Amino acid sequence: MSVPLASYLLVALILFCIGLYGALSKRNAVIVLLSLELMLNAVNINFVAFAKYGVLANLTGQIFSLFSITLAAAEAAIGVAILISLYRNRTTVNVDDMDLLKR
Amino acid sequence: MISLTRVVHQAVAIAFSLLGIAGIYFLLEAEFVAVTQLLVYSGGITILMIFGIMMTKHDAVDESRHKGQKIFAFVVVAGFFVLMFMGIQSMNIQGEPAAFSQQNNVLEIGKAMFTQHVIPFELTSVLLLVAMVGAIILAKKEAD
Repeated sequence: MSVPLASYLLVALILFCIGLYGALSKRNAVIVLLSLELMLNAVNINFVAFAKYGVLANLTGQIFSLFSITLAAAEAAIGVAILISLYRNRTTVNVDDMDLLKR
Repeated sequence: MISLTRVVHQAVAIAFSLLGIAGIYFLLEAEFVAVTQLLVYSGGITILMIFGIMMTKHDAVDESRHKGQKIFAFVVVAGFFVLMFMGIQSMNIQGEPAAFSQQNNVLEIGKAMFTQHVIPFELTSVLLLVAMVGAIILAKKEAD
């Protein structure tokens, strides 16, 4: 008996919720970036699962997930670069300390 | 990953999670995506994040934000989870699964990528170049 589609979607949903909670409740900015990557991975699992089991199942889901992986890598690189230059100026990576736009 | 205290432990936990996700891709008969996930994510991005952790202050324990914000975040995430769970349970997909085991996965992805999806492919290459140049400029030490 093969694994049904809803199981894959449920795994993706759990990973997404864990990433979302980490992004909302962590103070270290690198961990927020890591949680964002976890969310993007959950979305990729959805894409690949629908590529196999969805309506009109074909290969487009896998190709889209390849593009998503590429874009997530580029965004992680830019995020870490911004973080490093921010750390150079303020010597903190605490997200609560980056409040220059607050009144 | 969330319940660990030290930042480096969290990064190691994520590395193993990304390896597990590559295993899920192998189960779904998406071999090329699985190997790409291994190379890019558990190879590249994990090391990138560990670089980021080591170059910023990492000796302190990662304290979370104070209790009220954590509880609010948990309630929001739990509500979202319940909503999407009900949506998944009520879904009813007809149609048979794709027969990926009969085809050569890399060959089919190559054929589709370079005929039907060649424009996003070229645009992604430009985007990667821009991201690389931008990251180098952002992280460079300013000349005095």
